[in-house]
Amino acid sequence: MFSHGILERNSLLLLVGILVVVAIGGLVEIAPLFYIESTIEKVHGMRPYSPLELEGRKIYIREGCYLCHSQMIRPLRDEVERYGHYSLAAESMYDHPFQWGSKRTGPDLARIGGKYSDEWQRDHLADPRSVVPESVMPPYAFLTNTPLDYRDIADQLKANRTVGVPYTDEDIANAAKDLEAQVNPDSDGAADVTKRYPKAQVRDFDGNPAMISEADALIAYLQMLGTLVDFSTYQADAPENKR
Amino acid sequence: MQPSAAANPMRLDLVLVPALLGLALVIGLIEAARSPDPLMVIQAWTFVACLAGVGIWFLKRYGGGVPADETGAYQNDVVKAGVIASMFWGIAGMLVGVIIASQLAFPDIFYFPALPELNFGRLRPLHTSAVIFAFGGNVLIATSFYVVQRTSKARLAGGSWPWFVFWGYQMFIVLAGTGYLLGITEGREYAEPEWYVDIWLTIVWVAYLLVFLATIWKRKEPHIYVANWFYLAFIVTIAMLHLVNNMSMPVSLLETKSYSAFSGVQDALTQWWYGHNAVGFFLTAGFLAIMYYFVPKRAERPVYSYRLSIVHFWTLIFIYIWAGPHHLHYTALPEWAQTLGMTFSVMLWMPSWGGMINGLMTLSGAWDKLRTDPVLRMLVVSVAFYGMSTFEGPVMSVKAVNALSHYTDWTIGHVHSGALGWVGFVSFGALYCLVPWLWRRDRLYSNALVEWHFWVATIGILFYITAMWVSGIMQGLMWRAYNDYGFLEYSFVETVQAMHPYYIIRTLGGLLYLSGALIMAYNLWRTAARGDVRKSEVSGTATAVAQGA
Repeated sequence: MFSHGILERNSLLLLVGILVVVAIGGLVEIAPLFYIESTIEKVHGMRPYSPLELEGRKIYIREGCYLCHSQMIRPLRDEVERYGHYSLAAESMYDHPFQWGSKRTGPDLARIGGKYSDEWQRDHLADPRSVVPESVMPPYAFLTNTPLDYRDIADQLKANRTVGVPYTDEDIANAAKDLEAQVNPDSDGAADVTKRYPKAQVRDFDGNPAMISEADALIAYLQMLGTLVDFSTYQADAPENKR
Repeated sequence: MQPSAAANPMRLDLVLVPALLGLALVIGLIEAARSPDPLMVIQAWTFVACLAGVGIWFLKRYGGGVPADETGAYQNDVVKAGVIASMFWGIAGMLVGVIIASQLAFPDIFYFPALPELNFGRLRPLHTSAVIFAFGGNVLIATSFYVVQRTSKARLAGGSWPWFVFWGYQMFIVLAGTGYLLGITEGREYAEPEWYVDIWLTIVWVAYLLVFLATIWKRKEPHIYVANWFYLAFIVTIAMLHLVNNMSMPVSLLETKSYSAFSGVQDALTQWWYGHNAVGFFLTAGFLAIMYYFVPKRAERPVYSYRLSIVHFWTLIFIYIWAGPHHLHYTALPEWAQTLGMTFSVMLWMPSWGGMINGLMTLSGAWDKLRTDPVLRMLVVSVAFYGMSTFEGPVMSVKAVNALSHYTDWTIGHVHSGALGWVGFVSFGALYCLVPWLWRRDRLYSNALVEWHFWVATIGILFYITAMWVSGIMQGLMWRAYNDYGFLEYSFVETVQAMHPYYIIRTLGGLLYLSGALIMAYNLWRTAARGDVRKSEVSGTATAVAQGA
């Protein structure tokens, strides 16, 4: 007959017992997510972030935007009407880390791309209450006059590739060039950006072509959020999407 | 090895700890000199400065031989340091909480466009980390060092290693906290510190586990006391969660930035497996250990049921781990995982209340002490809050409820009923016990001030959580409201506007809670530093409270 006294007298048995008991739940719930099809499916349109979008995403994370904005639309009637098609697992497949968020002090941003103009985004970031008087968002005026630091953009792409984002050698070699070209539609590299990163938006985002600012990167990121999958052709009821 | 060692008893730790600190110093200097990342340079110099400070402190403590504190029956200085650090970080963390609450209530006053460091997005992780890891962590380390010695009848193992744990942990807090202000973050809640801070914490945590285990190995009691099971589960499980959840790829060894090893759905569930069990094992198992030592000690009654301790210990730690997916209801996480998370969250209600019943019923035959001992009252009310929030949690984990509550302030209110009511009060109770015991005083400076603290803080909590219930449920309902024509009734910003009065009440609640902590700090300082008794309390009933020394 087992007696609990054995565990109480032997610290290592107690330790091993605890480890076994606390390991089970995580193993059962998390491990399958790396194998089952519904969580690793590919959806047409998804691609890795362009270098400029990736830099914008870094700023989004740096400023803690995820603490007040979710990027996960739930399949509930009011959310779908307010924000758009519910979020798919594949839409965050290149997100290291995910930015689904847990609180909506501000609205969901999963499909914010294209809903407002660049000018609105710029003004709103600089002084949120100048365009939305009731807003409680912090001001980010410094973004427009802070030059974007992208000295190691190729290394950023490489680190992403190490954790599974399919950047090619060509993508990495051209990272800095692509980043600069994305804010300059007249440059030679502009066409390459949209070739490597379909649907990437190529323009000066912050209204100041003289400098690549942090606002350029952040607005580029915001304007692409949720725009990659074409929901006019996506069929939720198709067999490959019902796995 | 060294000539000076002849005067002292030979102690290996006095070679190993300085060697480890020296190695860290070299790495810090290399980072500071070579990194192209300006933020890494700041972090490296901060690290080096902290190490230099710890080095000087180390020389002062051990330069004149081994201190008496480390040759007696129990090693107390490191616990005293932990008590002071707990109080300091507690007040700092609560203050940041009041600031960010003020920002949401009055954005025009409390935001400074020229100071991005003080924006909500950077201060919020500073608040959560400061109260959970800095305040809570220091309380856990200090009480565990106290409790494991008394219940094992053995001095702390490792000599200066407990001090390495203490100082190493403070350095972790400083690096993480200053990093948030600079915008250094991994971008996942409660796991924000970047890769190099994670590595440092891993080293400190392994030292902590070994000190704790080695003290248990020295025990003169045949059985390991129940509080120590909970401490052990807390230390080991946090190590597991920390290691798995923080796996990430640095851009280079000289850069602050890293990318999580996981992405999307996998990253989300790994993170909430971590996040929910930071609640389960840091904020629950660890503080239950405090309950299991301090409540019986203060009430002078044995733990209510030995069998209940066993049953609720194993069921609690087994079931908690499964509950993470309830943070991801209706997301792109597969539905079977959501359902599993919900089911186990509801089941979790039972072991949670098992712990609550075991704590409350320990008062059997001593209920009258609630009238005379405000410290015991604080401990008991903490257990009552524990019961309340572990009932609210399972309710909110039900998908139908969560559809309304998720993304709203209801979650914030729930967290704070647990954090302020349970974690805060049980910690305050333990600190009120520890200070007279450690500084060898007959009693606290003032029991009346404990009464004040108790009531001010309790009213603060009630303001806080009722405001968040109303704002959370109201905003959830507004988001899903339709008008007669079948359109959404409210724009998003109209729901933000409606939050304004509740954000003010919440700020007021936080301010009251912070005031309570300041009263406490004054009371503890008078007790420890002066050892005097408040004039009006010198004679009379209050002396009845001075137990346990």
